[in-house]
Amino acid sequence: MPAFRGAGLISRDSLTAWLLVAPAVVCVVVLFIVPIGYVLLLSVTDPTVSLDHYRRFFTVPLYANVMVNTFRTSLIVTLACLALGYPLAYVMARRDDALAVILLAAVGLSFWTGFVVRTYAWLIILGNKGPVAATYAFAGWGSPPQLLFTSFSSTLGMTHVLLPYMVLALYGVMRKIDPSYMRAAESLGARPFGAFRLVFLPLSLAGVVNGCVLVFTMCLGFYVTPILLGTPKDMMISQLISQQIEDLLAWGFASAIAVVLLACTLVLLGIYNRFAGLDRLWG
Amino acid sequence: MAYLRLRQLVKSYDGKSNAVDRVSIDVERGEFITLLGPSGSGKTTTLLMIAGFETPTSGGIELDGRNLVARKPYERNVGMVFQNYALFPHMTATNNVLFPLKMRGFPKHEIGARAEQMLGLVGLRRFADRYPRELSGGQQQRVALARGLVFNPDVLLLDEPLGALDKNLREQMQVELKRIHREVGITMIYVTHDQTEAMTMSDRIAVFCNGKLEQVGSPLDVYNRPANRFVGEFVGDSNFFAGRADPARPGWIQLSGLGPVRIAGDLPAGEVDVMIRPERLRLQRPDEGDGMDNLIDLIVDDTINYGDSVLVIGKTRGLPLRARLSSKDGAALGPGAALPLAWAPADAHVLARR
Repeated sequence: MPAFRGAGLISRDSLTAWLLVAPAVVCVVVLFIVPIGYVLLLSVTDPTVSLDHYRRFFTVPLYANVMVNTFRTSLIVTLACLALGYPLAYVMARRDDALAVILLAAVGLSFWTGFVVRTYAWLIILGNKGPVAATYAFAGWGSPPQLLFTSFSSTLGMTHVLLPYMVLALYGVMRKIDPSYMRAAESLGARPFGAFRLVFLPLSLAGVVNGCVLVFTMCLGFYVTPILLGTPKDMMISQLISQQIEDLLAWGFASAIAVVLLACTLVLLGIYNRFAGLDRLWG
Repeated sequence: MAYLRLRQLVKSYDGKSNAVDRVSIDVERGEFITLLGPSGSGKTTTLLMIAGFETPTSGGIELDGRNLVARKPYERNVGMVFQNYALFPHMTATNNVLFPLKMRGFPKHEIGARAEQMLGLVGLRRFADRYPRELSGGQQQRVALARGLVFNPDVLLLDEPLGALDKNLREQMQVELKRIHREVGITMIYVTHDQTEAMTMSDRIAVFCNGKLEQVGSPLDVYNRPANRFVGEFVGDSNFFAGRADPARPGWIQLSGLGPVRIAGDLPAGEVDVMIRPERLRLQRPDEGDGMDNLIDLIVDDTINYGDSVLVIGKTRGLPLRARLSSKDGAALGPGAALPLAWAPADAHVLARR
C-alpha cells in the first residue's frame, strides 16, 4: 500500500507552499492591513470615540458635493476611456500587421511611462507657452481660453492616464475572440456591422466591464492628476483627504473620508465579483 | 452546364508564386465533391475563394450561371462549416441555427420551425437550449452543420470539419454527413487531407498538389487509375517501379532491375512508371491463377499488423516493396523471411514518365 502523503498536520507540500507565500503575506499585513486598520481606528477615535466624523461627512453639503463630483468625474473619465479605447483595442486585436504592433507599442509605452510625467506633459501642452497657446497666437485668435486648472484639463489628464488600462483590458478579451466567428457570421449572411453588433460586441462585453471597473475604481481615488491639472472648486475625494491632513491636521475626519472611499471601492468590486469574478479583472 | 464552375482560378499572395494555380473544376448540382491534398496544396484557399473570404487573383467562379467573384460573402448564398466549428459561444444551439435565418430575412413565423426541423435532422433536438461549451465536439459539429444548412444555401463548404474528432466519432460523422447529404440534396464541397475520408464520402475527388489540380475523378478512378505518381502515392499505399514499354513486345513491360512483366490494357510507349497497390499482391499458391500472373519475391524487413490485415514491408531484388496480406497469411512473418508473391496483369496501373 502506498504511503499516505500529507497525513501530518502540516505536510511537506503545504509547508513549502506556506513558506512561498509568507513574504507576500507579511508585506500585505504590515504594509496594508495594519495601516488600514489604523485608519479605521482613527476615524472613530480621533479625537474622541464617536461616529461624528461620518455624520459630518454625510450631512454637510460641501462634502456630499465632493462625493458627487468624484463619482461624476470618474464616470465621465470611464466613458471617455471606453469611447476612445474601444476602437483602438478593436484595431489592435483584429489586425496582424505593423499597425497593430505600433499601436500596441504606443499603448504599452504610455502604460509604462509614469503618470506624473504624463500629467506634467499636459501642463506644458495646455500652458501659457504651450502649443495650444502658440497656435492661437499664430492664427491671430488672441489669447486661448483658460484650459489649465479647470475640470476640463483634470478630466482630460485622468482620461489620458487611465486610457492604457482600458485599452489593455479590452485588448486582452478581444484578442481571445476567434476571428473565425466573424467569418462565420458573414458566411451566414451578416453584414460587417451586423457581425460586429451581434457577435463581436457581445463577446467583448467582458472586456468592457473589466476596463470600466478598473478605470472607475482607479479614478475614484485619483490624487496627483486632479491636484496638478484641476481646480479646488471641483475637488475629488482624495484631494479632500489630503487637505484635511495637510492643512487642518484633522486626522480623524480624513480617516473617515478614506474609509468611505475604501468602502465605495469595495462595494464596486463586490458587485463586479458577484457577476464576473475578481480573478478575471486582469484578463 | 455545370452548377458551380471554377474557371482557371489563380490566387497569389506575393505576386510571384501561386497558392492556387489555374484550377478549373465543374461541380454538378447536388454533388459531394472533396478537395483532397496535403497542407499547403491550395485546397483551403480554393474553398475560401468560393466562400468569398479570399479574392481570386484571376479566374472566375460561376454559380448557376452567375458570376460570384464580385460578391461579398454575405451576398453569396454559400454556407460554410469551419474546422473549429466557429459556433457563437454566447448563443444556444437554437440561436446559432436561427442566426442565418434572421440575417437573411426569412419570414419570422417560419424560422422557429425551420431551426427545430434542422436540429432534428442532425439529431440534436434535445440539446437545442444548450450553449456550445455544454456540447461535445461531435454535437458542436452537428450544430455547425445545421447552422450551415438551415438557410438552404446553394453550396455548403466544409473545411476539414471532422479533423478535431477522434477516430470512432469521425467515422460515425462520415456516415451521418452522407445521410444528411442524401436527405437535403445540397451541393457540398468538402476539404480534407485524409484520403480515407475522401474515398468513403465523395462522389468525386479533386486532388491538389502545390496549388495545382492533379486529377478530378470518382474515388475508384482516382485510386485505381491515378493521373500521375503524386496522386498514386498520396491516395492509398502504393509500389512504383520504373520500366520501359517495348513496342516490339505488346503486353509486356521491362521493369528495371526486375525483368519483364505482363500488363493488361493499352500501354504508353517509352519510359513508364508501373504502380501496384500493396493489396493487389497476394501469396503465390501452386494451384491458383491462370498461369498469366507475374511473380515477385519479397524479403521481409518488417510487418505492421492492423488486425484485419498485415502490411509487409520489405524488398525485392533490392527495391522497396510493400504487400498487404490477410491477417492469416501475414501472421508470424519474421525479418528475413522470403515470400513468393503474385499479381495479375490487370492489377497494375501504368503511367507514362513525364
